Amino acid sequence: MQATTLVLILAGMATAAFYLGRSRSLAIAGGPAGIRKLHSLPGYYGYYVAMWCLLPALGLILLWVIAEPRVVVALLIKSLPEAQQSLQAGELNLLVNNIHNLAAGDAVSGEIDLVLREAAEKHAEYMQASRSLLATLCVGLAVLGTTVARRRIAPELRARNRVERVISALLIAASSIAILTTIGIVFSVLFEALRFFREVPLSEFLFGLNWSPQTAIRADQVGSSGSFGAVPLFTGTLLITLIAMTVAVPVGLMTAIYLAEYSSNRVRTLAKPLLEILAGIPTVVYGFFAALTVAPAIRRVGESIGIQVASESALAAGLVMGIMIIPLVSSLSDDAIKAVPRAMRDGALGLGSTRSEAVRNVILPAALPGIVGGVLLAVSRAIGETMIVVMAAGLAANLTANPFQAVTTVTVQIVTLLVGDQEFDSAKTLAAFALGLVLFIVTLGLNVIGLHVVRKYREQYE
Amino acid sequence: MKPAENTARAKVEASLQRRYRKEKVFRLYGLLATTVGVVFLLVFFSTLIAKGASAFLQTHIRLDIQFSADILAPDGTLDTAYADFDAIVRKALAEQFPQSNDRNARREMQRMVSIAAAYQLRAAIEANPDLLGKRQSIFLPASANVDMVVKGNIDRMLPEAQRQVSDRQLAWIDQLESEGRLVRKFNTALFTNGDSREPELAGIRGALMGSIYMLVVTIVLSFPIGAAAAVYLEEFAPRNRWSDLIEVNINNLAAVPSIVFGLLGLAVFINWLSLPRSAPLVGGLALSLLTLPVIIIASRAAIKSVPPSIREAALGVGASKMQVVFHHVLPLALPGMLTGAIIGMSRALGESAPLLMIGMVAFIVDVPAGFTDPATALPVQIYLWADSPERAFAERTSAAIIVLLGFLLIMNLAAVVLRKRMEKQW
Repeated sequence: MQATTLVLILAGMATAAFYLGRSRSLAIAGGPAGIRKLHSLPGYYGYYVAMWCLLPALGLILLWVIAEPRVVVALLIKSLPEAQQSLQAGELNLLVNNIHNLAAGDAVSGEIDLVLREAAEKHAEYMQASRSLLATLCVGLAVLGTTVARRRIAPELRARNRVERVISALLIAASSIAILTTIGIVFSVLFEALRFFREVPLSEFLFGLNWSPQTAIRADQVGSSGSFGAVPLFTGTLLITLIAMTVAVPVGLMTAIYLAEYSSNRVRTLAKPLLEILAGIPTVVYGFFAALTVAPAIRRVGESIGIQVASESALAAGLVMGIMIIPLVSSLSDDAIKAVPRAMRDGALGLGSTRSEAVRNVILPAALPGIVGGVLLAVSRAIGETMIVVMAAGLAANLTANPFQAVTTVTVQIVTLLVGDQEFDSAKTLAAFALGLVLFIVTLGLNVIGLHVVRKYREQYE
Repeated sequence: MKPAENTARAKVEASLQRRYRKEKVFRLYGLLATTVGVVFLLVFFSTLIAKGASAFLQTHIRLDIQFSADILAPDGTLDTAYADFDAIVRKALAEQFPQSNDRNARREMQRMVSIAAAYQLRAAIEANPDLLGKRQSIFLPASANVDMVVKGNIDRMLPEAQRQVSDRQLAWIDQLESEGRLVRKFNTALFTNGDSREPELAGIRGALMGSIYMLVVTIVLSFPIGAAAAVYLEEFAPRNRWSDLIEVNINNLAAVPSIVFGLLGLAVFINWLSLPRSAPLVGGLALSLLTLPVIIIASRAAIKSVPPSIREAALGVGASKMQVVFHHVLPLALPGMLTGAIIGMSRALGESAPLLMIGMVAFIVDVPAGFTDPATALPVQIYLWADSPERAFAERTSAAIIVLLGFLLIMNLAAVVLRKRMEKQW
């Protein structure tokens, strides 16, 4: 049975259970006139029964989704002939994958022999059996829950309190998903990264100067030594971030100052939405623009004044990234400037300073912590930005500070290492998770500090 | 009497000019900075439209096609699955350009018409079997190279070896043009086809459907969960360590790079839960984790803006805390929450980095028909096309970007309208 039909059936049953519960409570009360005898409104008895109908079945489905693939694979391996069962873990994995693919009608690596075909049929059989078992169990649980709950309906049953308790449990569960996501990120990245560090020592990864993740398949292959020194990636990321910040910070800050202190209302209402458009453009579009318009333009300009510019220069990616970040810097700086009390500004102006003197000597120093916090958030955004650099920066891990050369970044390498098909436990794939871990730690640190500074500062003047 | 130079007033007056000049310069810098963003937007949109607008039209060649029975039904019966429609196109081309008839010329001729022409002729004869043996003038889609020449994207001045179109083909194009046989029609293939290696056949429908499936998963998961989390944090959470932790967490998650969510999706949904690779379901799951913080933050703001008097009034007439929230606070906060949801969705629609991680970058021709079919998304399609060297794909990439920005614009306008219409002044 299809998963969607099962869910639809359960939804239908829950609706029916609601009406069953409500009519039961009304019957016990002796019609609408006797509602006063009930502890809760009839609807709550309906919800109570519907909950008993739906929740156990949904819990079962959740368990099933997690356990099913494991159980099916274990059964499948048990049913294979002796010769296959004693295979190495890796080969066994491949075999199971092939069985999956054959059962799904996809391409299979290697020849399809009798064992494989039989196993695929077995697999389909198991899946079928598992699905129908799940469906029967779910419907059974739903019916059971409904009848039990319906029988328990009595005038003194505190249906509303019970329903509300379940709802508040659901609300808590929903808000914990944020925590779960963070834990999930940490664990998924950390586990694979630890496996990587078992193969490549941490010191080589953090301080090695050579990055070429191609591992040799044959021993005599040239140029695929597989060295994982990530320093060129870190410097490349920093170089592009630096270029982006030299664009974004002055422009964003001056924009915020101009809009807050100088511009007329009409200019402000026009310019702010325009900047918001800039923030709303998808990064892949910026990447396209950087790669196809900005990079060739920079190259042409460079050639005309006699500078060698790589076609995937750090400059193009950094410039466009800087423009992307302008709205972020300007809106955070705007918040910081707005938070400076009116009295400080008026005091400075009253003492006869010009507007720019007031800005430079009074408002900016007062707003500085907030602005620095905002800049930290912007740096974290630039470090984590992916599409612009994937499309406009290079793949070659050059250790250079020359903005006209091609550099590569952490995010670019994560993408190139993970896009396409490769086995999941090679050092090359695991390296992506190690890079992901570094990226996560660095951006998390910047965010925590940045958010803390921004918030603390905001409170100071409130 | 002291000389005028020594009074404070004189000093100030002497420096005034310099200070005013500084003031002017500072102001100018501000104005310049503000214009940088605006100028970039102008340049960006104008190059985009200049590059992409022509992709919405596709050149067609009007040819006189003889549906000759000898070629299509050599043994008397017409089997459209096997009939050689390419041959009748070839014949029509040979009749069109009778002066050149060597083998090379014929091959070059055929390359001027898209391979979609044969499909179109097949569809025509399947719709109207009487055509067999008749002659009809039909608009057939031109190949991408001809299309590029007609649109002026291939430089005719380049030496022949550096250009994808031969001199002979250029002459034929001019001949067709002068006979009025070249017509630009609306490029329906762009909206009805999936991806293709042939630019004139490539369309965004597959990617668009993939994006829509993903957004459905995202909104179904992230809006209820986000709204519930916001309700809990705003209305029920006790002020303790746990809720502080959740709050810090949500703010941080909103700033975690999107690619990290892709790593999470790869490790958890694909490797641990064995969900299918490249499926909109997995993409939607990853994107809902990504948009969740956005929706929670917006929903909390919306709930916060409902005045306490509403809650107190409801509590006063005997409602339970839960009834206060669900009967009174939520309906009032809903427009704000929906606005947040739309903004979250528009962020999800433009997101591509996490999708690269979970395998949604494959070359997929078929339009996905379900949540577990392999698919790509609109931004990923843009990324894939941007990598293609052909000029025709560059044009189509711009067109796909215009479509994507169009969708984003509609979503954001909807959010603005919703906010304007539902906004209440308490």
